[in-house]
Amino acid sequence: MLNVLSDTVTLSRLQFALTAIFHMLWPVLTTGMAIYLVIVEALWLKTRNVTYYHHARFWTKLYVLNFGIGVASGLPMAFQFGLNWAPFSESVGDFLGTLLGFEGTMAFMLEASFLGIMVFGWERVPPLVHFLSTVLVAIGANLSTFWILTANSWLQTPAGGIFADGKFIVQDYFQAITNPFMLNSFLHMFLATLETALFVIGGISAWYLIKKRETEFFSRSFKLALVVLIAVAPLQIFLGHLSAEQVYHYQPTKLAAMEALWETVPANTPADWSVLALPNNKLEKNSWELKVPGVLSYLLELKPTLDTPIQGLKAWAPNDRPKMVGMVYYSFRIMIAIGMFFAALMGITVLQWWRGKLTTEVVSENKWLLLSWVFAGPLGYIAVECGWIVRCVGRQPWIVYGELRTVESASDLPPGVILFSLSGLMLMYAIFFLMTLYFGRKILQKGPNLTLPAPRTLAQPTLVTEPAQHIPDQRPAEASQS
Amino acid sequence: MQPLEPLQNFLPQVWFFILGLFLFLYVLLDGFDLGVGILSLTAKGEERRSILMTSLGNVWDANETWLVLMGGSLFGAFPLAYATILNALYLPLVLMVVGLILRAVSFEFRENAENKTIWNITFGVGSFLAALGQGFALGTVFEGIKVDELGHFAGGIWDWLTWHSVVVALTLIQGYVLIGSTYLILKTTGELQKTHYRTATIATWTTLAGAVFITVTTPILWDHARDLLFSRPLVYVFAAIPVLGLALIVALLRSLKLRQENAPIIYTFLIFSLSFVGLGFLIFPNIIPPSVTIYQAAAAPSSLVFMLTFVGFLIPIVLGYNVYNYIVFRGKIVVKEEVSIAGN
Ligand code: HDD
Ligand code: HEM
Ligand code: HEM
Repeated sequence: MLNVLSDTVTLSRLQFALTAIFHMLWPVLTTGMAIYLVIVEALWLKTRNVTYYHHARFWTKLYVLNFGIGVASGLPMAFQFGLNWAPFSESVGDFLGTLLGFEGTMAFMLEASFLGIMVFGWERVPPLVHFLSTVLVAIGANLSTFWILTANSWLQTPAGGIFADGKFIVQDYFQAITNPFMLNSFLHMFLATLETALFVIGGISAWYLIKKRETEFFSRSFKLALVVLIAVAPLQIFLGHLSAEQVYHYQPTKLAAMEALWETVPANTPADWSVLALPNNKLEKNSWELKVPGVLSYLLELKPTLDTPIQGLKAWAPNDRPKMVGMVYYSFRIMIAIGMFFAALMGITVLQWWRGKLTTEVVSENKWLLLSWVFAGPLGYIAVECGWIVRCVGRQPWIVYGELRTVESASDLPPGVILFSLSGLMLMYAIFFLMTLYFGRKILQKGPNLTLPAPRTLAQPTLVTEPAQHIPDQRPAEASQS
Repeated sequence: MQPLEPLQNFLPQVWFFILGLFLFLYVLLDGFDLGVGILSLTAKGEERRSILMTSLGNVWDANETWLVLMGGSLFGAFPLAYATILNALYLPLVLMVVGLILRAVSFEFRENAENKTIWNITFGVGSFLAALGQGFALGTVFEGIKVDELGHFAGGIWDWLTWHSVVVALTLIQGYVLIGSTYLILKTTGELQKTHYRTATIATWTTLAGAVFITVTTPILWDHARDLLFSRPLVYVFAAIPVLGLALIVALLRSLKLRQENAPIIYTFLIFSLSFVGLGFLIFPNIIPPSVTIYQAAAAPSSLVFMLTFVGFLIPIVLGYNVYNYIVFRGKIVVKEEVSIAGN
């Protein structure tokens, strides 16, 4: 343990991992929820049913709380590449920096600027402009996911250039951006944010339904989330499967760690799928294991036997493969279990709906079903963190897979200094995390404000029918009190 | 490195200019943000503090984002500078980030809290720490960063801390308080506005004192600054700046005395622009002062072109919607209305 605290690389890794894991907690909700807010506001504009307006206002409160902390926790991320990973930044900055520059100009600015109108502008801009702002915030958030996942995918499957003297030289930007992992990883993450947000919304709604508070309001949000999930939950399993296949093709060391596979499975033999195992790094085998015969070959190639061998961890020297096999192995299984559970819960709930058990009058009687939804609320976060652990820890010992090692990439800082920033950041994040829970709970206890009148901008007819009506200049109001 | 072909010279210069623009917008916009935050430490009463924070509610995030933009673009355009500068300024930048984080969370937590005092304090302290960190970073720009022949950081982790950088940091804080005060003059009325005419006047004098001190000491203390200052034709530029600056300061003080509402912030912006241009001349063509040039630190030309196509195209759009945001929320702050608008 003491070694850990005096090693610059380990401390930098720890700091990056922990800040990323904490940062992830907030954007994952807001990015997905932004899309939900777009849907709700579109429904409001279309139906002019004020309840949708109340939905927009209520969920926006949770949204804003998480958004602000998302920005705050993102700031160290933006600077950390230079602060702690200076050799890495210099080596791949030509490309990676470009993408982060794009993320800033295209995504963050869009989000940040229109958020003001989205939150405070209800009374100040016409409904359509407000709707447009909400759409732009959602686009901004998802563009940010796109660019950051493009960047991260490139670290997994570097393409579009060559490494010369330890520096990456881009030859073809298009190829680098559309690197092999990009599309699929982005889609998997995009659905992850959406699925997480929808289960949070569904879980909160279920909690109110159990309490029989504002039943009409929350059975509406519950069903809205459910409708979107009918498409999202199964698709996510499929995309996860595609992710695993791409890992199989491009990152054999990671696949071996995900499966805790020590010995190579030769071609033309069936591969077993391990359900539970106790990987032992020292003995280079699993001390104990439970396997289902033949399943892995089906999963990867849809065949009883494999065409290409799966290499086991022992095919590489210990320094060329991930060390934390158990962590990758279990994170992967937890993610899958949650994905399956989500899809099953969605299926059962749709079935109940179809059988007429979800009408406003009787929905609260589905105790167990609703409790399962409350339970499912936080699971998306866990799946997302597990996914990132599989992806980033499984990539080790490389920071850029096959090209640049993590140990060669850290800034040469005194360990004490990193320990200082690390413990400071962790203390703050832990407090923010608890505070978000505390204030989130307060917002939920207060519940939606169903007496809020529709904004005045709507009362004035949106289309001025009498032409050429003189509208007095508003400016004098500015000089006194607007 | 040898002087290169025209295009290879031109691209880093364009990027130097764009980064300068981002940094400039950041300093102006987050400058009044941070200034208001620092002023809130001295504001009396919950109502006043709440007006101060409300005046920033819809803009603080976008303003801060200019810094993120600047960070990302520096990373892409001058990877070596990004790596070396951030490495050298580890502690002040961590201080700044911690400050900015405290500010950001204060907005959200205060909104929902019953006991607002804690979040008022974290807001003010966060603003102060962020400004302090930036001040030390600015001080380092004057002093220079020690690098080896490859341009990698070769100094110590505490190099940024000298008595000179302390003066620079304090001056920057004064400058932020000045912009913050003039912003509040624009956005408030009555007693509150009167207070800020006073703080603006004081801050003008303290900023001026600091600026004069820095202008005089910098060439005395550092050879590289002295060489630059007295090399023609730059000497004319550096001679013009103090003259223009003094004229603007006189105009600013006059407008404060006449209780004008819009003029002070405009003069302040102009004074900041002028200092910024001066600073730009002092640094150019270096990106890691005093010795690594933009040509040495630049990314490959293809990277610069690629990034320029997108970012260059976006800059006018980004500026456009930022201006639109300010237009939507123009006018004086009215606390009760704003609060009800936020839906609470
Ligand atoms: C789900 C996608 C996602 C992922 C994987 C990440 N982020 Fe993030 N990040 C967002 C989604 C997001 C966001 C939703 O776009 C946020 C939250 C609030 C906001 O303004 O943007 C954000 C905020 C945010 C900010 C503050 C932006 C601002 O000031 O407006 C920075 C600097 C970063 N992030 C940087 C990073 C880095 C360097 C990451 C990788 C290690 C990272 N984020 C992972
Ligand atoms: C999408 C943008 C991301 C990029 C560009 C990125 C890049 C990196 C980099 C540069 C490291 C450095 C240290 C190392 O390799 O050890 C790292 C490590 C790590 N990251 Fe990611 N990351 C991203 C997102 C995330 C997220 C969102 C999480 C978690 C929720 C995460 C979890 C981790 C973990 C756990 C490590 C430590 C791995 C180890 O040291 O063993 N990453 N990543
Ligand atoms: C049930 C089936 C699932 C499978 C088979 C699966 C598979 C995978 C695989 C193999 C990776 C690693 C990709 C890589 O290292 O490049 C991954 C990453 C990830 N997973 Fe899953 N996953 C599933 C469900 C989920 C669910 C339900 C969520 C969240 C709601 C989720 C969130 C993530 C995230 C955030 C990442 C990292 C980023 C990315 O690669 O897009 N996954 N998943």
